[in-house]
Amino acid sequence: MGPGGALVTVLTDTWDYLTDPASWTGDDGMLHLLVEQLLLSFTALAVAAAIGLPVALWLGHLGRGNLLAINVSNVGRAVPTFALLAFLVTADWPGTADFGPYGRAGLATIIALTLFALPPIITNANVGIREVSPAVKQAADGMGMSGWQKFTRVELPLAASMVLLGLRLAVVQVWATATIAALVAGPGLGNVITEGFYRTNYGQGIAGAVVVALVALVLEVLAALAQRVLDPAPRASSPKRRRGMSAPAPMVTEPADDPSA
Amino acid sequence: MTLLAASAAASEPSCYSRLTNEWFCGQYLRDYQQEITDATVQHLGITLAAVILGVLIAFPLALVARRLPRLETAILGTATAIYTIPSLALLPLMVPFTGISATTVVIALALYALTILVRSMLEGLRSVPPGVRESARGMGYGATRLLFRVELPLALPVIMAGLRVATVSTVALTTVGSLVSYGGLGNLIKDGVTSNFRAELMTASILCVLIAVLFDVLIVFSQWLLTPWARGVRS
Repeated sequence: MGPGGALVTVLTDTWDYLTDPASWTGDDGMLHLLVEQLLLSFTALAVAAAIGLPVALWLGHLGRGNLLAINVSNVGRAVPTFALLAFLVTADWPGTADFGPYGRAGLATIIALTLFALPPIITNANVGIREVSPAVKQAADGMGMSGWQKFTRVELPLAASMVLLGLRLAVVQVWATATIAALVAGPGLGNVITEGFYRTNYGQGIAGAVVVALVALVLEVLAALAQRVLDPAPRASSPKRRRGMSAPAPMVTEPADDPSA
Repeated sequence: MTLLAASAAASEPSCYSRLTNEWFCGQYLRDYQQEITDATVQHLGITLAAVILGVLIAFPLALVARRLPRLETAILGTATAIYTIPSLALLPLMVPFTGISATTVVIALALYALTILVRSMLEGLRSVPPGVRESARGMGYGATRLLFRVELPLALPVIMAGLRVATVSTVALTTVGSLVSYGGLGNLIKDGVTSNFRAELMTASILCVLIAVLFDVLIVFSQWLLTPWARGVRS
């Protein structure tokens, strides 16, 4: 494909595919695939949150989990999504060829999605709880709060923005992974892309990409809105993501009584 | 002799034959050495080109964003939006402009790296204490010398942390390039899945993770070399 005429042809094909009602309806239509991918994504997100949040929050409450948080996100980054999906599809386990409507690749996809949703959820929730100012925790202890009370009334509300940020990042991650599932014959909208490319029908491939990208942006905006609505703390200070080696953010939660300190 | 050896090999199925299809197979490594090497070289090339391109674009963007706060919002917003787009969708969106080529993969991956790098560069430059900046100015440092001799070295730990994240995720993302047949080791993974070739899949995946770890170690080591003043005190 060169520039010029070919570019126009491809973009026209893309437009034609997007505006053709036949590409949206039916079992292989984009609407069906879209619903399929959304269902998969949110199932995986719910499972990941149900597994990851209790562990991360509890460890954070105990002031632990630093190593877990760093390692989980490092490993999550280094392992290619594609490779993990490929393993799950090729391995003997989980070995049911007829899992629900999506077959074996469907089960592999749900497992992979859940695994890749865990790192942002665990890391952010854990760091959020551990970063609650020690002075605030001491104050809670001083008021005679029990461990559980301190956790639910003090730590959790203060860490809520980080916890929600983790969930929001997980949404983006899960959607991206669910798209890649098509590379291993998994379900979802990615199939429109891979099919288009393997059959050199680039218009279709690009059309699929446009839909996937637009839904991703919509999900991100919705997640950001949800984060804003659900966050109990005022949005004066936006949470900073802390990475492996970055310098800790300055804490200005309490007035400095002693300037020399 | 060679014929005899060949027939002997044929009568005894190798560990990657259809019958055994083992995950780990030394015979595969020997027989497909050339293919594995080619894929690894392509993987390294695409990753390096993408990260270098990302750094080259991110640096001026970070400087502009720092100077003009209004542009900062626009730059960071656009970067976040790009980062939101799944890799399998970003590649096709590049294809009308760059075709089915390695360039497509490199540009798409550079865009992802860019997001992480701009953020960490801005964060790093912000972490320089204002007092240090002022004293450098007082010593007669001009804007350029201040940037390269004072601000960048002090911002290096944060920037390097971003570079590690960007590089490691680029190594992993390169595999998705197999959609346009330029995925380095991803091409082997794809072939491994479609032809149910376990040794190929396992080898390519392990190499992928090894490359990521290798780059990570290299960056940490170069940071150690570049910041001799930080060696005594570990953060």
